[in-house]
Amino acid sequence: MNKKLHKILLSFIFLITLSDQVWSITIKPGPLSYEEIQTALIFANPGDTINLDEGIFNFEDGLSLSIDNVTIQGKGMDKTILSFKNQKSGAEGLMVTSNKVILKDFAIEDTIGDAIVVKGAEGISFIRIRTEWTGGPKETNGAYGLYPVQSKDVLIKECIAIGASDAGIYVGQSERIKVIDSVAKFNVAGIEIENSYYAEVIGNIAEHNTGGILVFDLPDLPQQGGHSVLISKNKVMNNDTKNFAPEGNIVGKTPNGTGIMIMANENIEVKENDIRNNATAGILIVSYQEETDDKNYNPIPNKIYIHNNTLVNNGYDVDKKRAGPISDVIPGKAPEIIWDGVTPISEWLRIKPSKRVILGKNFSDKGEADFVNLKLMTKYLIPRFHKIDKNLHNYLGEIESLEPVSFLKEIN
Amino acid sequence: MIKILNFLFLLVCFLTAISLEASPKKLLSDYNFFKEIEKQIPNENVIPYHLASPLFSDYTYKFRFVSMPNGEFAQYNYNEVFNFPVGTKIIKTFAYPVDDRDLSLGFQLLETRLLIKDKNGWYPLSYIWKEDQDDAELKYIGKTINAKWIDKNGVQQVNRYRVPNINQCGSCHNLNKVIMPIGPKGRNLDVDFFYQHGMENQIDYWEKINILENIPSNRKNPTAIWNLESETIENRARAYLDINCAHCHREGGSAGNSGFYLSHEETNNTSLGIMKKPVAAGRGSGGLKYVIKPGISEESILLYRMASTDPGVMMPELSRNMEHKEAIPLIKEWIDSIN
Repeated sequence: MNKKLHKILLSFIFLITLSDQVWSITIKPGPLSYEEIQTALIFANPGDTINLDEGIFNFEDGLSLSIDNVTIQGKGMDKTILSFKNQKSGAEGLMVTSNKVILKDFAIEDTIGDAIVVKGAEGISFIRIRTEWTGGPKETNGAYGLYPVQSKDVLIKECIAIGASDAGIYVGQSERIKVIDSVAKFNVAGIEIENSYYAEVIGNIAEHNTGGILVFDLPDLPQQGGHSVLISKNKVMNNDTKNFAPEGNIVGKTPNGTGIMIMANENIEVKENDIRNNATAGILIVSYQEETDDKNYNPIPNKIYIHNNTLVNNGYDVDKKRAGPISDVIPGKAPEIIWDGVTPISEWLRIKPSKRVILGKNFSDKGEADFVNLKLMTKYLIPRFHKIDKNLHNYLGEIESLEPVSFLKEIN
Repeated sequence: MIKILNFLFLLVCFLTAISLEASPKKLLSDYNFFKEIEKQIPNENVIPYHLASPLFSDYTYKFRFVSMPNGEFAQYNYNEVFNFPVGTKIIKTFAYPVDDRDLSLGFQLLETRLLIKDKNGWYPLSYIWKEDQDDAELKYIGKTINAKWIDKNGVQQVNRYRVPNINQCGSCHNLNKVIMPIGPKGRNLDVDFFYQHGMENQIDYWEKINILENIPSNRKNPTAIWNLESETIENRARAYLDINCAHCHREGGSAGNSGFYLSHEETNNTSLGIMKKPVAAGRGSGGLKYVIKPGISEESILLYRMASTDPGVMMPELSRNMEHKEAIPLIKEWIDSIN
């Protein structure tokens, strides 16, 4: 770097460290923009806004922010583009480890790993952020687009996530979460809530993923026992991208063409969604079927309340490789809503059907949406007596709706 | 009146800024750590040390020192970093040898990192060596240094060495969201060092010069020296994984969310990765199903990510671009030996 530019940069550092006043600076794309933005991220004071101008910023290294209460504001998710096409270091595009950060109106493209990682934040907002791998769905794309983990008070609003080889929008081991009015497409998982408590996924569009919306709970993690997730008023349709997750990852097991999938978890409410044209299933409720020694982990879902959804033309071509237990017992078109029927043994021994899944009214183009309990317990334990149960009246019921999620402090 | 108040306000802001900015010194030489800075020969009150097993950082050599306020003591701890007194400075210089076959030819000094403990805790700084190598300058936002050296086999090596930015320091030096040193723990320091006065155990020496107290009379063995072949494969592998991985892969570390913990004291097999499935590894899994598949290193993600140099796959994520060719066979042998 030549001396003059260096001086300018130094005076610029000096300016933003000058006082505790709230500063707002604007950074334009250019050969020095990496140093400028990373400098601004290091020297920001709480309350500052870092503005990113229109244009394409080309970065070779990852960015990081660890100061509380900072806003990074672009000019629009199609106007301010941070491109990491030539990334040489850093495992992600942007790493945030501080509280109450707001990311707004910019895009992160083609990172070598995840696009935006937020770790351990109390308060994080993504507003009109786009993360995208521009070459389409590929195994070599980064795993996650928006990836807050071990965080609290997470807001994801009007964002777009495209092409992630795991999940476009992924919230893991977090608490108090709202994913609203966002779009996820061409990812393996569109939106995934994993090992989390108190989440709302409302008004989103999940299309052309392998699976639209997933709510998973997995063993051997610091936070597990996922519960209290509302999935409402989403459009979950045409999830027709072949699973391209690198093998070994849990989402690699998501059947091609899954609308909404719930694995383990408790108190999940799925209501008023519009779920169409997903080849394997509209709504799929399953237990975690891998081996685990984790004694604190509960692999079986409970209190899964499904009502007032519209389900049309799902299950017309079940993924035999990943959803064998379905295609093994149901030739031809599968019902719109599918439960594997796995329960604790004590519950299985009872005569009455287990009500871990509770159905309200769900609609199809031909009236009521159909349902099946695959009764996999019986299939595994006494195969001779195995019979699936398609009588949805055995499962009708009503439980209390979830309380709305409210953030500890409104963060914006 | 308002104008004057405004002026006074700005002046106060200005002076505060100056005083805040004045504490980290602009040049490494300003701290007066060294008798001969370019040769990294320390002053008397600056104590050189090393670790039983160090973190691999692309074949750089590291010169470590600690400076404590006169008359004060650090508190011994076997498993965790010593409790150092306020005013302690931990100093680490990264360097490439001109020729790794003949160290007398000297070094290219890259950066000197400081961890300084003030009353609020530790904070990191990095000084980047000038091209003429007579001093190093404070820099917050890191730098790329295209470094060259001749390796132990006489092969010319090049590396795009990244000096981390100040935020990135916190990625490894972070325990429960607080900046912490990593190396100076009892189990890493309880080995001999070649001082000017001769060879001596570091803990014994620190006790002798009155900078360390609360040392138990029966000390537990230090972690193994990872490349010392007289140690068992397991001890060597665990020592290597502890110092290279466990600053993040422990509870409260940056990779705490993975549930995959590699600390020396970890005993839970699943936490250690044995038959543990990847969670958020993405393509880092390399299509493999387990972090460690006992007896089959080729099917273990741990080895795959250690051997990779793809920034989206490799581990550790920072401070490594190159493959650690000597360590991979060790970890491989260890995994292959697990039943």
